Amino acid sequence: MRNPLTWLRRNLVVIAGLGTLAYMILPNVVVTVFSFNNPTGRFNYAWQEFSLDAWKDPCGVADMCGSLSLSLQIALWSTLVATALGTAIAFALVRYRFRARGAVNSLIFLPMAMPEIVMAASLLALFLNMGIQLGFWTILIAHIMFCLSFVVAAVKARVLSMDPRLEEAARDLYAGPVQTFVRVTLPIAAPGIAAGALLSFALSFDDFIITNFNSGNTVTFPMFVWGSAQRGTPVQINVIGTAMFVIAVLVVLTGQLVGNRRKKAQPK
Amino acid sequence: MTTTAAPPQAPASTEPPVHKASLRKRLVPYWLLLPGILWLLVFFVLPMVYQASTSVQTGSLEEGFQVTWHFGTYWDAFTEYYPQFLRSLLYAGTATALCLLLGYPLAYLIAFKAGRWRNLLLVLVIAPFFTSFLIRTLAWKTILADGGPVVGVLNNIGFLDVTSWLGMTEGDRVLATPLAVVCGLTYNFLPFMILPLYSSLERIDTRLHEAAGDLYARPATVFRKVTFPLSMPGVVSGTLLTFIPASGDYVNAELLGSTDTRMIGNVIQSQYLRILDYPTAAALSFILMAIVLIMVTIYIRRAGTEDLV
Repeated sequence: MRNPLTWLRRNLVVIAGLGTLAYMILPNVVVTVFSFNNPTGRFNYAWQEFSLDAWKDPCGVADMCGSLSLSLQIALWSTLVATALGTAIAFALVRYRFRARGAVNSLIFLPMAMPEIVMAASLLALFLNMGIQLGFWTILIAHIMFCLSFVVAAVKARVLSMDPRLEEAARDLYAGPVQTFVRVTLPIAAPGIAAGALLSFALSFDDFIITNFNSGNTVTFPMFVWGSAQRGTPVQINVIGTAMFVIAVLVVLTGQLVGNRRKKAQPK
Repeated sequence: MTTTAAPPQAPASTEPPVHKASLRKRLVPYWLLLPGILWLLVFFVLPMVYQASTSVQTGSLEEGFQVTWHFGTYWDAFTEYYPQFLRSLLYAGTATALCLLLGYPLAYLIAFKAGRWRNLLLVLVIAPFFTSFLIRTLAWKTILADGGPVVGVLNNIGFLDVTSWLGMTEGDRVLATPLAVVCGLTYNFLPFMILPLYSSLERIDTRLHEAAGDLYARPATVFRKVTFPLSMPGVVSGTLLTFIPASGDYVNAELLGSTDTRMIGNVIQSQYLRILDYPTAAALSFILMAIVLIMVTIYIRRAGTEDLV
């Protein structure tokens, strides 16, 4: 601390990193602060006065909580289906040698290497040409489609680092294929599957571009926020945003704590 | 394409006769793949085919569209909207560079210097994934508001003079200028840069740093010759994960920009959903895809070689 310039140079990375973190957190802080605002106009962009009204009545805005529950339903279903299909693909890719493996790998990679709007538009082209009514089902189909690749990537990474000898050992101890899978393979792959599921839940819940193209008149939560940016943003949106941030931090922290405890418990 | 995949008959000689797998066993990977791959074929590949056919149709919404193999739509769409294409690439490129510049120190901090704070910092990077990004993008409207504290500070330190000179801002406002759009893009895609950077930095053996130090390398040299080259996989995947979605984004340009900052995503969105000119929209979407895929391929080729650094 003798020479402030030396100190600055030595801690440059820390300062720059914390600066970036501040940049990332700033909007969340603003969202939280403005959830206690009592705005005068239709928009909640300028601070007026402190109020708890929005927190007392989070569902006081027409259609908002309906869109929220719709988004949760879609996220839940697409996570379930995408995780099941994606996990199966990941196991096939890592554990088996078969023809067309390269083709399957590229097919999985492509949705992640394409601007979202291209997929969104092409799905709309399909639904329009086939005369399919846009709504809940088209959103769900689209979400499962783009979540799949992310699940495969997450599970694949985990299964690749698994020692196949553990399964051989289980079989040597006369465990059947089903028993081996349920008692050995699945528990080891679980963190990867959980990561994939969590990621696809977040991606689906938050997706806007693909939903915007394929939702018709159905309003998910991101669609509601988008519409409110034009018509007027109720304070309740900030309440939901704040609650989601807090819940997310709590869920992820708990997950990591449980993971750490497991790690510590292992080498007994 | 959709018939149940018959497994290729493996030549019997390659496998020892004792382990001759039964047909049922050899079918297992195909059964595992079938549902997921079918989903992608029907809802990812087939839509591309439909969009391709839409792009060569002519007609109108009232009379209906027919496939007339009218490739002129591509040329017309490109010549009419090339400013938006250029702008998208420029904004996405700038945002990607800023993400790398801002994201690297944070990823480095988490990987090497955070100690017991590591988990908390990681959570703070991941948490935005779970909070609606639209709400957070709207918050930038408040942060960058005309006459607000942020704009005031930027104005006082002369930052806005520089960006005005660069054509990124106009006068003493930030909202509804290119700077606001780039700021929003950078913000939205930062986690996609930081996470891959972190995971490749975390894998680096810190003894390499010590070794470099023992060989009298200064910290800057250690970074340039050891750390950065070893983090290249993270740099490449982070850049791709940032640039690709940013090039097709229209949310930031719509919420934070003005009509002068429209990106190609805004054009495709309004052609598809408002103007309902499906052939032009489909052609634009394919041109965007082609540009991005070509750029990504060239980038991966170049970044893949050792002599980049």
